[in-house]
Amino acid sequence: MKREVKVLSPCGILGYGFPDASFAAGLADSPDAIVVDAGSTDAGPHKLGAKTAIVSRRAAKKDLVRIILGGWSLKIPVIIGSAGGSGGKTHIEWTMGIIAEILKENPDVQPKTAIIFSDIPNEVILAKLGEGKVRCLDAKVLPLDAKILSETTGVVAQMGVEPILRVMEAGADLIVCGRAYDPSPFAAIGIHAGFDPALSYHLGKVLECGALCCNPGTTKDCMMGVLYEDCFEVYPCDPKRKCTTLSVAAHTFYEKDHPYILHGPGIAMDLSGCSFTQLTGNRVRVGGSKLAATDPYTIKLEGARKVAYRTFVVAGVRDPILISQIEEVEALVTESVCEQYRDIDKSDYTINFLNYGKNAVMGSLEPTPVPGHELCVVFEVLAKSQELSAAICSSVRSTFMHYGYEGRKSTAGNLAFPFAPSDVEFGAVYEFSVYHLMEIDDPVSLFGWQWWRP
Amino acid sequence: MDRLVDLAQMLRSKNSGPFLITLDVFFSEEAVYRRVVDSGVISEANILKLYHLDASDLCGIYFFDAALGIKITYHRAVSSGTCGDRDVYGAQQHAPLMELLIP
Repeated sequence: MKREVKVLSPCGILGYGFPDASFAAGLADSPDAIVVDAGSTDAGPHKLGAKTAIVSRRAAKKDLVRIILGGWSLKIPVIIGSAGGSGGKTHIEWTMGIIAEILKENPDVQPKTAIIFSDIPNEVILAKLGEGKVRCLDAKVLPLDAKILSETTGVVAQMGVEPILRVMEAGADLIVCGRAYDPSPFAAIGIHAGFDPALSYHLGKVLECGALCCNPGTTKDCMMGVLYEDCFEVYPCDPKRKCTTLSVAAHTFYEKDHPYILHGPGIAMDLSGCSFTQLTGNRVRVGGSKLAATDPYTIKLEGARKVAYRTFVVAGVRDPILISQIEEVEALVTESVCEQYRDIDKSDYTINFLNYGKNAVMGSLEPTPVPGHELCVVFEVLAKSQELSAAICSSVRSTFMHYGYEGRKSTAGNLAFPFAPSDVEFGAVYEFSVYHLMEIDDPVSLFGWQWWRP
Repeated sequence: MDRLVDLAQMLRSKNSGPFLITLDVFFSEEAVYRRVVDSGVISEANILKLYHLDASDLCGIYFFDAALGIKITYHRAVSSGTCGDRDVYGAQQHAPLMELLIP
């Protein structure tokens, strides 16, 4: 076994970008692998549901070309987690299209490439539901049945390290994973090299966001992690950043419901006994991470379904008389529009107003709903079809624009539209319809893999 | 009395998955962390009131001495990014916490 293994994490999400100088410094530091996480559910259910990417194709290619050529130049493995953002088959195909283009433009670069899929067929989930082996995660209530699954555009599951280790053992240089638990592709490097799984996973948790665990933190810069037998160390590749004990410890908290118990596929990490030590310069050493296998082994399922169509308008209000009664006027506008559409069932659409400058961010939770001297009013109509939402939104806009509210002096118009046209037909709105844990017997078999050639 | 924001080194909110929001508060000095914890201000009753939550909405309030950090996790009223959500990433829900007064 090697005395240490070094993992380079170029950025927090593939396509977010990273400075050339940082990446060059990272490569010059002789990493044993490059691993990048491409996924997130942060941006909501739309990417998964509509099968679109989180970043632009141009941005993804800009990062991928540097990562693939960098890995090839050092003859080290490259692993991409949660390809295309959500890790479904369509997202993998989108990623492979970009990789095919890169390899065509660089014919000397010929990595042995493997894909690991993470789409879970509805039949598998229904069978597990029947056995009582699926339960909702985090949500207070999230029912799941055949109808909801049929409305869901496809379910993915987060893979652990096991499916990735299998492909590493087969000798892949470039591994494109479907949906993966964010730390898994990083942890696979350490575990494959024989290092402690607890330290390997914890290092993965720190590295998966790029340089976000630094001060100043960012997802758009490179990080290095070094695993040793009884600890790991992390440091940024950019000299203007620094890892501090606070910045690394704080990152352990990040986006997790519990400060030191972290659940992943088949594992629970316990970081309560961790020590964080400042080393010279910009480097922090972490030790004491613990990990236990869970029984049964569970994987997280994710899926989204379409729930409505949206049209929205962005407008400004500067008139102090209108601002002083903005919510009352909005209620009257809504009433008037409902009256104009008496032929349409009220349950077929919803009109919402967000008053930025007063309480739009926090709604009823806003402790100080005191309006500023101007407001940005965003209004939307959610409806059963795009056509209906556009039609009603158009009436909300024209009604609001000319509404003769109490005490009005500015009779020419109530709204300042920054753009023409003012109405934006947004398209479908999704919701997470599947966010469940499913018990499985074998951590590998649901995640099929194949070799890939352009 | 000091506002929590003036005592904390870091104070933030973020999604923990699409159904939960988690608030993190970190301190740079143990004495300050201790003062906040011992004040009892970060209590279940105060958090429920501040965030208009029912007891069943609150997943937990955790004091993690080793990191000088406090974590508060609660259920979102609306899941991330669907109809009626106001903050897809949950990244701007920390402001009320900043104003808590610590003796």
